[in-house]
Amino acid sequence: MLKFTEDHEWMLVEGDTVTVGITDHAQEALGDIVFVELPEVGATFEKGDDAAVVESVKAASEVYAPIAGEIVAVNEDLEGEPGTVNSAPMDGGWFFKMKPADMSEVEAAMDEAAYKEFLAGLE
Amino acid sequence: MRYLPLTSDDRQAMLGKIGVRHVDDLFKDIPGEFLNPEIDLPRHKTELEVERHLSRMASKNTAAGSVPFFVGAGAYKHHVPATVDHIIQRGEFLTAYTPYQPEIAQGTLQYIFEFQTQIAQLTGMDVANASMYDGSTATAEAVMMARRVTRKKRAVIAGCVHPHYRAVVETTTQYTDDEVVALDAQPADAQAELQAAIDAIDETTSCVVFQNPGVCGNVLDLTPLAEKAHANKALLIVVVTEVMSLGLITSPGEMGADIVVGEAQSIGNGLNFGGPYLGMFATNQKYVRQMPGRLCGETVDSDGTRGFVLTLSTREQHIRREKATSNICTNSGLCSLAFTIHMSLLGEKGLRKLSKLNHKKAVDVKNAVAAVDGVEVLSSSFFNEFAVKLPKNAADVVEKLASDGVLAGVPFSRLDPNAGHDDVLLIAATETVTDGDIEELVSALKGAVA
Amino acid sequence: MSMNNQGRPTAATDVKTPVEMFESFSGHKGLRLAEPLIYELGNTQTTGVDIEDFDDFDMEIAGLERTAEIGCAGLAEPDVVRHYTRLSRLNYGIDMGVFPLGSCTMKHNPRLNEKMARLPGIGDIHPLQPQSTVQGALELMEELSHWLMTITNMPAVALSPKAGAHGELCGVMAIRAALEARGDAREVILCPESAHGTNPATAAFCGYKVKSIPGKNNGRVDVEALKEALDDTVAAVMITNPNTCGLFEQEVREIADAVHAAGAFFYCDGANFNAIMGKACPGDLGVDAMHFNLHKTFSTPHGGGGPGSGPVVLSDALKDFAPLPYVVKEADGNLKLHEWKDGEGDKSLGRLTAFHGQMGMYVRALSYMLSHGGDGLKQASEDAVLNANYILASLEDVMSASYEGPCMHEALFDDRFLKDTGVTTLDFAKAMIDEGYHPMTMYFPLVVHGAMLVEPTETESKFNLDQFIRSMRGLAEAAKAGETKRFEGAPYYAPRKRLDETQAARKPVLRYTPPSA
Repeated sequence: MLKFTEDHEWMLVEGDTVTVGITDHAQEALGDIVFVELPEVGATFEKGDDAAVVESVKAASEVYAPIAGEIVAVNEDLEGEPGTVNSAPMDGGWFFKMKPADMSEVEAAMDEAAYKEFLAGLE
Repeated sequence: MRYLPLTSDDRQAMLGKIGVRHVDDLFKDIPGEFLNPEIDLPRHKTELEVERHLSRMASKNTAAGSVPFFVGAGAYKHHVPATVDHIIQRGEFLTAYTPYQPEIAQGTLQYIFEFQTQIAQLTGMDVANASMYDGSTATAEAVMMARRVTRKKRAVIAGCVHPHYRAVVETTTQYTDDEVVALDAQPADAQAELQAAIDAIDETTSCVVFQNPGVCGNVLDLTPLAEKAHANKALLIVVVTEVMSLGLITSPGEMGADIVVGEAQSIGNGLNFGGPYLGMFATNQKYVRQMPGRLCGETVDSDGTRGFVLTLSTREQHIRREKATSNICTNSGLCSLAFTIHMSLLGEKGLRKLSKLNHKKAVDVKNAVAAVDGVEVLSSSFFNEFAVKLPKNAADVVEKLASDGVLAGVPFSRLDPNAGHDDVLLIAATETVTDGDIEELVSALKGAVA
Repeated sequence: MSMNNQGRPTAATDVKTPVEMFESFSGHKGLRLAEPLIYELGNTQTTGVDIEDFDDFDMEIAGLERTAEIGCAGLAEPDVVRHYTRLSRLNYGIDMGVFPLGSCTMKHNPRLNEKMARLPGIGDIHPLQPQSTVQGALELMEELSHWLMTITNMPAVALSPKAGAHGELCGVMAIRAALEARGDAREVILCPESAHGTNPATAAFCGYKVKSIPGKNNGRVDVEALKEALDDTVAAVMITNPNTCGLFEQEVREIADAVHAAGAFFYCDGANFNAIMGKACPGDLGVDAMHFNLHKTFSTPHGGGGPGSGPVVLSDALKDFAPLPYVVKEADGNLKLHEWKDGEGDKSLGRLTAFHGQMGMYVRALSYMLSHGGDGLKQASEDAVLNANYILASLEDVMSASYEGPCMHEALFDDRFLKDTGVTTLDFAKAMIDEGYHPMTMYFPLVVHGAMLVEPTETESKFNLDQFIRSMRGLAEAAKAGETKRFEGAPYYAPRKRLDETQAARKPVLRYTPPSA
């Protein structure tokens, strides 16, 4: 199950873990990503908390926890190769994996079609 | 007015192009009741008149170079080669802006890169930034950086830290999350100051701030302090208020410092009554992204030619706004250029010799002063400044000596009137001190303390 | 017949090869000299300073002599002069041409100011020498204070902040101290969305949450929205006036009154004070605190990024909270620095810097003000505003002005005129370099798309402005005519082509490291 948020983050649900990253639209807007700061494994967040930071040459943005839950893994490869977020935002450029406190929060998020419509509305 | 090129004909023609009749039509957004207020200020002056006016004020001051001079405590009188002042007044340096357009600012960027390297080498650290306002504000920034790195907030300030620096840290952090614990100064016992700092570290400590040489001159091995700090996951911040000392004394980096801050005025820059000065800030590679201030980095242009740019700017206020590492948005550009030029003239060989000469002069002054009846030297070790205990109030003695034409040093009470060290005097000696100066000091001091 | 009878060619032979077609053997391109790092030229054993010889002696440094190599490279004096002279030639400065960098006030830096700062009685005095020996310096600080208070009609000024952002910090700290003295520090500071980045950064530094206030279509603060946001949690409102769009906030007095009615303070960012010297006084407009940038308004040199100086004028409600130290006049007429708090009753917010601030900048600023006089300062602001409006009027038919004029001392354009040309604001700015100009401020303020903020200052002649306008019109027309080549790789004629900032940030190289290491 692939879901999206209005903050341009995606969530991929596999079993009881949710992988989180930023969308193609977000990486495009930021430009060349030069640095990613990841949360610590084991940290817990409420929905909307600042969980990670992504920086490009001229911009920086928080990556919010899209749902409440605990961090179970982070993509350490990004520390050495932050450009992966640009080249493969929906794949190798993932940020962290969470164990949701409440799976219904994920289910309530937008699906791909709804996100595309949301993006179109921003134009 | 000599700086305003427009003639009245120009102004009329331009107003015509804009399509208004009077210049005040351009100020129509200012409500009429507030426009063109009466302001009681003198009319413009010729260059000669201004020069007379300011020279009259300047002549009322006693210039350091005109008398035997032993004043230090964080600002030092050194000889600056004529080359330095000549080059920093070139318009391409003096009248340039912050190098935000790197293609036409490689001169500024390259010297910043050289400066960063020089500071990193001198402090024994991996990296340094492009400079801060001065040593005291750099110290406050270091304390806040330690909080971000360690996610702890209790900062311990040792008793040997310059009281003005301590005050700046306290003021600057009064509304942040930091909690500052300042220890007492003990001018007569440097080891006790060090031990007190070691004892004050616990697992809630974010950093311990220690000055070396201390404000009373003492030079200490900080390794035990670094060990205690690191065992508690706290950072050791070493403050150096006399950058010249780094040519002679083991660097803070070699003693385990995590951040080195301080005042680099001594190289390349004059006294200027306290500013502008040159704050230095160095740390280890792993903390770079938590560092405040501007940073210059190497890169290439689209032809592959090496060039330099300001980098990691996402830490700064113009992008992060309220989440920035600091609200700072300037460095001491021209002062850092003066430093870089002077340092390039010295080279390591010259720096080592000059640094040792400073120590030699201080040893000579110390020996001469120690022979004066009633004067007790407090510093067990020192670089180019040491503390003595006088049989009288030190501020009174300094005033007396000033009236004899000798500027003898800084009374501790000037740095902190509440510390109870009114009989302590700090005496500094640099390469500018002559044997004749020492004789005058000793003779005047004998008279004043008798 | 004289000895000197050898003629020689004076004109080039018929050259077909464009100049950039070959590489020189040296890497230099005529006067565009390639210059290595000092570390690649010098070594640790060369020095350009002669130092007095001395005999060995017993050192008293607790056995902590530095033995490991430091690594600092030195050169003899002629080579140091040459190295930094060559580097200087890679820079652009005000001395070389128009520097229309919006929000930065790049005006002429008179050399008289430099000379005054180097008088031995100014440049060679120590901040801690007995105050009886620096009465002239304290008098200078007093006189500068008088000018700053008079030109703003404010009752107090704190000189010591080291730069504009430091001045902001001082002002907001004074506000917080005053509120705490009243028993409630409050929680929020309101900033318009067009604010300088330092404003929210400073507010956060003082423990305040930042709430953004929207702007109106005419580039000003939405006063109704501001009033709605004002309640008893608001500590202060921070507004730049003239604002970052180069416009005067017409309703400034109404804003101040509303802020005061809510028990909050009005902080004015004085970055743009150059537009209103002698034309309007912040004190009349209800301002509680405003910092100056002496390096902008009063022409102390920018020096490639500092040092600055940021004195802050304070209202009656805030003046007791001013930072230490400050100059007071004693009963006997002597001047004295008040350096430490005088017991519990002393409300000062404390010390912001080790000594007394930027004396070197004070003297330059005072020299500038004395030179202009009250009349000249007013004329300077009028000329600055006139120059900006002349540019606006001369370019608005080919570039897109963001707001209707008149503007104050800077003209704001956006990138609508570049729509569908493929040329961006960045490209346009870089093409200006090839025209021989420093680009204007770009992408700031954030409230308009692809912003280009042009601030000519009063020290440009009409001739200079006309030349500049000709280049700008030429570029705008070239962009619209599809001449994209001129833009896409620009600058072509600068010492460097566009630099790779991504590489610099991804793999930071922040210092020289010897090749062997």
